Amino acid sequence: MSLTFDDGTFIRSEMQTPLPPPGRNVGAIGWMRENLFSSITNTVLTLAGIALVVWILPPLLRFLFIDAVWTGNNRDACLGAEVGACWPFIKAKFAQLIYGFYPADQRWRVNLVFLIGAVLLVPLLVLSWPHKRLNSFLFFVAYPILAFILLTGGNISASNFLLGHFGLLRAVAGDAAVAGLQFGFWLDFVITAALCVAVAYLIGRLAAGSGRGAATMTAYVFAGFGILTFLWDVDFGLERVETRQWGGLLVTLVIAVTGIVTSMPLGIALALGRRSKMPIVRLLSVIFIEFWRGVPLITVLFFATYMLPLFLPVGVNPDGLLRALVGVALFTAAYIAEVVRGGLQAIPKGQYEGAMAMGLTWSQMMRLIILPQALTLVIPSIVNSFISLFKDTTLVLIVSIFDFLGQLRAAFTDPNWATPVTLYTGFAFAGIVYFLFCFGMSRYSLFVERRLNTSHRH
Amino acid sequence: MADWVEPAVRQGRTSFMNDPKVRSIVLQVVALVLVIVLGWMFIDNAKENLAAQKIATGFGFLENTAGFGISQTLISYSETSTYGRAFAVGILNTLLVAVIGIFFATIIGFLVGIGRLSKNFVIRLISTCYVELLRNLPPLFQILFWYLAVLSAMPNPRQSISIFGEAYISNRGIVVPRPLFGEGTGLVLWTFGFAVLATVLIGAWGRQRREETGRGFPTLWIGLGLIIGLPLIAMIVTGFPITFEKPELKGFNFAGGMRVVPEFVALTVGLATYTAAFIAENVRAGITSVSHGQTEAANSLGLRSGYTMRLVVIPQAMRVIIPPLTSQYLNLTKNSSLAVAIGYPDLVAVFAGTTLNQTGQAIEIIAITMGVYLVISIITSVIMNAYNKRVALVER
Repeated sequence: MSLTFDDGTFIRSEMQTPLPPPGRNVGAIGWMRENLFSSITNTVLTLAGIALVVWILPPLLRFLFIDAVWTGNNRDACLGAEVGACWPFIKAKFAQLIYGFYPADQRWRVNLVFLIGAVLLVPLLVLSWPHKRLNSFLFFVAYPILAFILLTGGNISASNFLLGHFGLLRAVAGDAAVAGLQFGFWLDFVITAALCVAVAYLIGRLAAGSGRGAATMTAYVFAGFGILTFLWDVDFGLERVETRQWGGLLVTLVIAVTGIVTSMPLGIALALGRRSKMPIVRLLSVIFIEFWRGVPLITVLFFATYMLPLFLPVGVNPDGLLRALVGVALFTAAYIAEVVRGGLQAIPKGQYEGAMAMGLTWSQMMRLIILPQALTLVIPSIVNSFISLFKDTTLVLIVSIFDFLGQLRAAFTDPNWATPVTLYTGFAFAGIVYFLFCFGMSRYSLFVERRLNTSHRH
Repeated sequence: MADWVEPAVRQGRTSFMNDPKVRSIVLQVVALVLVIVLGWMFIDNAKENLAAQKIATGFGFLENTAGFGISQTLISYSETSTYGRAFAVGILNTLLVAVIGIFFATIIGFLVGIGRLSKNFVIRLISTCYVELLRNLPPLFQILFWYLAVLSAMPNPRQSISIFGEAYISNRGIVVPRPLFGEGTGLVLWTFGFAVLATVLIGAWGRQRREETGRGFPTLWIGLGLIIGLPLIAMIVTGFPITFEKPELKGFNFAGGMRVVPEFVALTVGLATYTAAFIAENVRAGITSVSHGQTEAANSLGLRSGYTMRLVVIPQAMRVIIPPLTSQYLNLTKNSSLAVAIGYPDLVAVFAGTTLNQTGQAIEIIAITMGVYLVISIITSVIMNAYNKRVALVER
């Protein structure tokens, strides 16, 4: 609308509707001009990037899916000029990659362990799920014990406790056994426990006036140890499976989970030791942590495999997997200790002072006030340590323990499946498996970080 | 009122165990005694075990003849050399992988890290994929992949891939021309050293001038000119003493030239690309840690984007980047021990592998091997702490 006067002047009384922005500045084209082709350098980079993607992606997809062979019983299926991934190879070797040489009729035990692990782990990871305390107990204490019984078959045939070493009791008890429990061992155990409790009581009485605390503590330790040994010693009728027969993803997960479960308490203890005001305790913790952090894991595994047996009494030769587990646990504990120390340092001093002002003892203060906050703070870093641990489990193949990667390497040598694409198929499969585990963990750690951040926003 | 009973005040003697000082002393003594007893038990058991297995002790074995060959040696070594010599070869091979790996990891890491912050969508996408993929695969997996799937799949020497006819890539590794040093090389090297020194001094002077007067000095170009030009002049004067021996295909393999074993290539490429993914994340964190206000202030002062990056953002980001960067360097050095999986003769493979198998002296050999890595770590952390002290923000 506009007004026109007789003398020809023209006054506009309304705003003209704005023209839409030029087509080249908005929408997909505008975005591309802004982001991809804003300058000559940028354009060159974009084109180079697209060329790279085109160079890698289509051949990869063709290899993995389009040209891939999906059915077949031996190498003949995958021979040919333009053949992609040889998936029947993975199918044929799948059991070996997951279970190693675990006896086929006993594999349900491994599956059960995987299942229980998953059932316990999922509610632990969902932050809003209740009963975290019970859940942690089940996952970190009960599950490893159960997994040990299921996987090895339990029935460790404990035969000698402390007194047995001095040649006592053997004559009394003989070799009588009920349900896999040796009578001599348990008699020995009970007597030793009673003696130790009595000694603890006496020492406590003399030193502190009351021996009850010391005695109860000792009794608890022996009771816990007794229950553990009992469970592992009872014959549940499961067939014994030597760890030499284990392999594949089973070993990878066993090492990872054992590493996680054992390194957490050890790492927390070391972190507290390093923050302690007692100079000798602090010095010992620092030496321990810095030593393990300063050497590569391979040397630790060599240490556990070749040097550790020399340090044990003559004739004691622990299982190969167990030795590797000890090495991995000590190594990871040092890293966890540093992470936890970071959390402890981030707790403001007021929290410590407040706890002390409430009259809490040191252990109450740590257990109820400091550690819950410190550990929550460092969950992402702890998960990152576990990602490293998971990746590091591959190194055990150097000390001849055939984990997932080790079994894959062994599978390559099978002449029945020797084709030009076998190697690439194997690497593609293993890569996908490792990536899913590690990427999943890293996404989880990001998620937790974000969740914890929002709760702190005011 | 008769049944008023005075409240019983617990007089019980305060146990000296409740005295924090006494308690801490007792705890520490107990800890120390435990450690000593454990150590003593270990030593005692070790003595017995060694005697039972008839293993020699002490470091005398270092003088014995090794009797095994090593595929890559930086110093002269033969089967008749001693274990001590083999140890030195191992350390040098480890350091070689570490230095070259660190060099490439830094370059790739910075490029990818900056790429992750790029405005360019394609570059950002590629960088992100690179980081996520390589960070989430075990390094040993990657090294095996490079070794078994990439390098072993290269054509045999007859069909090898030629790079401008100078170097060749085949399944036997990479052959590059070997430099031959003729008479007069000394002069060329001296001029090169002089040029480097001069560049450093000019750089320091240029920086000082910029701080004082605000006028920059093109150190980079002049330095490059010096470093390339001076040795070139020296070469011309002395009549090109440094010549290159080209590798040539003779029969089924190459003769002449310098051969880089495929194990070395696989290990270096694997470690460099793996570590680069972590370095990229450190670089990204460092750059994002510089607040955007710094960039805006630089822009409003009229600095061009290149200068903004070089003079404002990067110097501040470096303070955040360098500490984790060194720890990545250290990780790369420690991960170089994965060499043993593909048979590259590094310290672990030569010493903790072959030498240990031959002599059986596990305690000495593993202690020495761990000691070497510990010394490297400790030196790095000492340097790092000194650096941190120097660059730490001085706050009031």
